[in-house]
Amino acid sequence: MKRIVTAIVHNRSGVLNRVTGLLSKRQFNIESISVGRTETEGVSKMTFVVEVEDERKLEQLTKQLNKQIDVLKVSDITDKAIVARELAMVKVISNPQIRSEIQGIIEPFRATVIDVSRESMTVQVTGNSDKVDALIDLLRPYGIKELARTGLTAFTRGHQPQVAEIKSYSLLK
Amino acid sequence: MKAEAAQKVKTAPRTGADLLVDSLIEQGVDTLFGYPGGAVLPIYDAIYRAEGSFDHVLPRHEQGAIHAAEGYARVSGRPGVVIGTSGPGATNLITGIADAMMDSLPVVIFTGQVAKGVIGTDAFQESDVMGITTPITKHNYQVQQIEELPRVVKEAFHIATTGRPGPVVVDIPKDISSKVHEKDVESTFHLPGYQPTVHPNPLQINKLHDALLQAKKPVILAGAGIIHSKGSEDLQNFAKNYSIPVVTTLLGLGSFPGSDELSLGMGGMHGTYSANRALYECDLLINIGARFDDRLTGNLEHFAPNAKVAHVDIDPAEIGKNVPTTIPIVSDAKAALEALNKRDAAKLDHQEWLDKTNKNKVEYPLWHDDYEDQISPQWLMKKVHAYTQGKSIVTTDVGQHQMWAAQYYSFHQPNKWVTSGGLGTMGFGFPAAIGAQLASPEASVISIVGDGGFQMTMQELSLLQERKIPVKVVIVNNQALGMVRQWQEKFYEERYSHSLAQSQPDFVKLAESYEIPGYKIETKEDLERVLPDVLNNDQPAVIDCRVMQMENVYPMIAPGKGLHEMIGVTR
Ligand SMILES: Cc1ncc(C[n+]2csc(CCOP(=O)(O)OP(=O)(O)O)c2C)c(N)n1
Ligand SMILES: [Mg+2]
Repeated sequence: MKRIVTAIVHNRSGVLNRVTGLLSKRQFNIESISVGRTETEGVSKMTFVVEVEDERKLEQLTKQLNKQIDVLKVSDITDKAIVARELAMVKVISNPQIRSEIQGIIEPFRATVIDVSRESMTVQVTGNSDKVDALIDLLRPYGIKELARTGLTAFTRGHQPQVAEIKSYSLLK
Repeated sequence: MKAEAAQKVKTAPRTGADLLVDSLIEQGVDTLFGYPGGAVLPIYDAIYRAEGSFDHVLPRHEQGAIHAAEGYARVSGRPGVVIGTSGPGATNLITGIADAMMDSLPVVIFTGQVAKGVIGTDAFQESDVMGITTPITKHNYQVQQIEELPRVVKEAFHIATTGRPGPVVVDIPKDISSKVHEKDVESTFHLPGYQPTVHPNPLQINKLHDALLQAKKPVILAGAGIIHSKGSEDLQNFAKNYSIPVVTTLLGLGSFPGSDELSLGMGGMHGTYSANRALYECDLLINIGARFDDRLTGNLEHFAPNAKVAHVDIDPAEIGKNVPTTIPIVSDAKAALEALNKRDAAKLDHQEWLDKTNKNKVEYPLWHDDYEDQISPQWLMKKVHAYTQGKSIVTTDVGQHQMWAAQYYSFHQPNKWVTSGGLGTMGFGFPAAIGAQLASPEASVISIVGDGGFQMTMQELSLLQERKIPVKVVIVNNQALGMVRQWQEKFYEERYSHSLAQSQPDFVKLAESYEIPGYKIETKEDLERVLPDVLNNDQPAVIDCRVMQMENVYPMIAPGKGLHEMIGVTR
């Protein structure tokens, strides 16, 4: 099952290495990782999209992350009300004739063209990963020269509906 | 004397290395295991200036330093402290760091590093210590500024010794240790991401108590967590109050007296029939401070199939990792046992179970062959036990002799058993004994090693010679990499690939070249004559004890098999 896990970390040297090393050492399947600074000085946030077999594997993942000294908080936010975004840039082979055709395709995705050359154009799309996937699939027949994705970043919405079952993996709760 | 020395350092120019030395003194470090080199020259200079503040032990290989530090930590409960230089000094420490990580030993390792300005340029004796040690440390640091050095040292000791203990590496670039610093530096720390849970949740203790009252076949699995938390007495009270039989793990030996009527001995691959049978049949398994290692559980499908599992561990990540757990208790082992002992231990109704475990114990004890003209290794272990009344500190290397020592040297007390469990590191036993002896100078320390493993770190005989450290080395000499040979016999149709044909030094001459008395023992009479004498003097000794080469460790659970599929339970 696919899960979105975030970790708030102390921004010390080596922390990224420690976290990614731990994930590979314990054979977790990472689909994407994104890292960036947060509102707090010295604190970063990592967002992982992971593919885990079952609840037990997932519990191990969050516990092993939590165990790291520089990891301040780990949350599995998959089942929460969240906002999640990923950015992708797609360089599509396109001559002037089909450019407008592509324009038509990307428009409903609210993607934008950020670079154009004689044989190609680069499209930027932002959204959740499904949306990004969908657009990439549509562009693929034209020939994708280059593709770069940032990986997902996410956090919980300001308001959480009360009914939402919030999974807790802490043994203390 | 210590305070005086500290005073002296404080009036001298204050380099980063001085700050480090001050911090070590502040931590109460009395013994340092280290080896000098280019990148730690400033640190060694500071150690020179602080002469008399602590004992610096110079092994003959960095691996010796770290295993000695592990032995020191294992018997004293205090952190072992190691210093190595950059590059090869640091990489020589790796095996021991990994070993300490697997067996949760508090060790703080300081490595020199090339100067900050050349890090990343493949400078002379540069190695990526942070990169290499990240997966095998509880935590690691590279000091970036001289101001943070005292704080980092404090944090390192705190992290290594609290919660689930483990190794912490502090990598110190040479420019930082040599830089002079004028101002006082702040060393208070705050670790919001590291707050180990020490006290059990009372609700979970209630759950375990309820389960206990209902259990018909309860069993305790006692791990090294009990020893780390100094909870052996509490364990004894707990087991007695509720009359629960106790199985110990390899590293948990000594947490419960082996001679107690409730003791079923060691469980796992070479555990006793009664211990493994109890784990297999129980309806309530109370794991206290063990991590359900695969050498203990065997095939997980057949592990405690009908049991409700309660697991007390200070590391939440261990709970549920290998075995699904109904009653998780995140806690220090001692604290959890104290909480349980405060509950009403209304006598449980499980006499039938006790009778059964006892019957197994009596009917299927450990067995071994005896020979007229040769020494069987098991007999040797029994003799070592008898002559020391089971009171010695015993360190072992890895292999058959380790298992025989675990089986036959019945421990009465904690902190007397020093062995490499998780990593299974050959070469561990002898240097670990040196560390153990330095931590407890009055104790009798015996290092039971294999002829193979001893050759991996025997250069540390120099330390016995130099310091008259009275460690007694007993080489269980089967002229084989015995454990490998046993597996080849059992699982590779006796194709003894590289486990038999090997030459050996003359261990007696070797010992003598270090001015250590050496003895070659070939008969039972020899042993009965030599061993008591050797044990009674305060000299080091090396005993090369020739034993039956083809002896196997039994009983055994073959790889992939369950606890109920033991072989060699009876002759
Ligand atoms: C560093 C290291 N290398 C290899 C092994 C694999 N190994 C495990 S036991 C063993 C044989 C040990 O032989 P010896 O020290 O003579 O002990 P014995 O089994 O004969 O008692 C070997 C090679 C190991 N555990 N550690
Ligand atoms: Mg051998």
